[in-house]
Amino acid sequence: MAVGSPEHVAELLPSTTEFDDSAVEQLAATRASRAGRFRSSLRSAAIGAVSLAVWLGAWELASRYELELFFRFENIPAPSEVVLALGELLQTPKFAAHVGNSVMRIFIGFGIATCSAVPLGLLIGRFRLAAQSLLPPLEVIRPIPAVAWIPIAILLFSSAEQSMVFITFIGAFFPILLSTVHGVESLDRRLIFASLSLGAGPIDVFREVILPGAMPSIVTGLSIGMGTSWFSLVTAEMISGQYGIGYYTWEAYTLQKYPSIVLGMIAIGVLGMGSSFLVRFLGRRLMPWCKPEGSTT
Amino acid sequence: MTVQLAEPRRGAIRLRGVNIHFGEGKTAVQALSGIDLDVAAGELVSILGPSGCGKSTIVGAVAGFTRVSSGALEVDGQAVRAPGPDRGVVFQQHTLFPWKTVLENVGFGLKMRRVGKTERTRTAREILAHVGLSEFAEHYPHQLSGGMQQRVNLARVLVNRPRVILMDEPFCSLDAQTRLQMQQMLLRLWYEFHMTVVFVTHDVDEAVFLSDRVVVLSRRPGSVRAELPVALPRPRTVDLLTSQEFMSVKREALELLLDSGREQSRRGAA
Repeated sequence: MAVGSPEHVAELLPSTTEFDDSAVEQLAATRASRAGRFRSSLRSAAIGAVSLAVWLGAWELASRYELELFFRFENIPAPSEVVLALGELLQTPKFAAHVGNSVMRIFIGFGIATCSAVPLGLLIGRFRLAAQSLLPPLEVIRPIPAVAWIPIAILLFSSAEQSMVFITFIGAFFPILLSTVHGVESLDRRLIFASLSLGAGPIDVFREVILPGAMPSIVTGLSIGMGTSWFSLVTAEMISGQYGIGYYTWEAYTLQKYPSIVLGMIAIGVLGMGSSFLVRFLGRRLMPWCKPEGSTT
Repeated sequence: MTVQLAEPRRGAIRLRGVNIHFGEGKTAVQALSGIDLDVAAGELVSILGPSGCGKSTIVGAVAGFTRVSSGALEVDGQAVRAPGPDRGVVFQQHTLFPWKTVLENVGFGLKMRRVGKTERTRTAREILAHVGLSEFAEHYPHQLSGGMQQRVNLARVLVNRPRVILMDEPFCSLDAQTRLQMQQMLLRLWYEFHMTVVFVTHDVDEAVFLSDRVVVLSRRPGSVRAELPVALPRPRTVDLLTSQEFMSVKREALELLLDSGREQSRRGAA
């Protein structure tokens, strides 16, 4: 039987079709499982939505009927009132001014914290002398929560604006510093050795090895620091602010505009989440070498 | 009057009575004791010994990472004081810069010498071709297999045209087949780049297959137990591994290694 003759081809055919069959089956299986995954994610989304609706409904009823079961719902605005208040709010420029003020304070305070904590952390992580001389005073200050700094901050600075930025800075500083130190200390020493034996000078080692090597840890610190700086800022604004989302929320309480309290809280949550997401997003852009979580390539 | 050689061979290493200990006082550990060792320029010498005998400490000392406690350590008549690009180091694994592409890793040494980007890329690509990885220039290290990573490691060191390459168990985490390929590649590069190679390993086959000479160390604190010249013909190919001559050299090396262990335990018992 000659290769390529009809008989030969015929003999080959069954096996080829069998192979094709299995491939098709596999394809169908992956499609089915993809469809299955889609269905199951749809189901869990539906369950989540129903649950959320039930809670909101319960809240609505509790507020509407001024329920008093240990918690007093008497003055708590119902979700429907919050939605109405949101509609009104979006028509006034005041809310944007509040948000803009807070974002600006975060931007400056967090920026200063980043620019000071990262270089300081690199030095402390790299040089024993820097660690020995700088860490003790920092360790004394570190356990003091940023909020506890508010009175001193008011005394330290001539304007409320500066003291609020300072509180934001304090909130972000320590998480960033500690993560940077940790990043440098956990860097594989052999990478530093390798760079030295390839001709790197002391500054090269910092720029080419220590900074990028500590980067994943620094980005984690920035993300945590972003959260704590929002937390600190909102508290500072409630106490000594004029404008700002924390001030807005507290003002709503003092003026008895209760739906606005909830709006303020939601805005704070959204802003905090958004800025942490931004930090992580920028971090990923800065570190193309980092494998995304869970991927195998 | 002496005759000036056109291209003097470089990379002669000389250790005399080298002691190295880590730590101070009661916690001090003696890693090397009275090492006398000469490696001629262009020679390929393996250092063989049990784990923890201080093989890697020798590499660290010649590289300039570890300071010699007492004794003399010279490369081409100059005392070693600090790490430098004239002595390239290839570690066991995972020492490429993860944040740099293969091309950037290989070009690192040139960047440190402030070579311009165009020139750097050109030279790095040339060296990459030498180790057969031209197509992976834009990859990141974690995208490469262990063997490929070690080839990049070699290329990264070779770009500096070092006098000496120090290799610290570079192939020990690779599978047998890849390891054999890497050994042959090393021999080829050694021939092409005219350099001294000090190769630390605990694998007797590897030491004999590669080297001009095998130096056997004792247990910690490490000292030179024996030196075994390997007079096998070059170029060495896979066939050699199963030949009679190879076997007899290997047997000799094994005996020296076992002897050094036995002598130590006898000393310990006394």
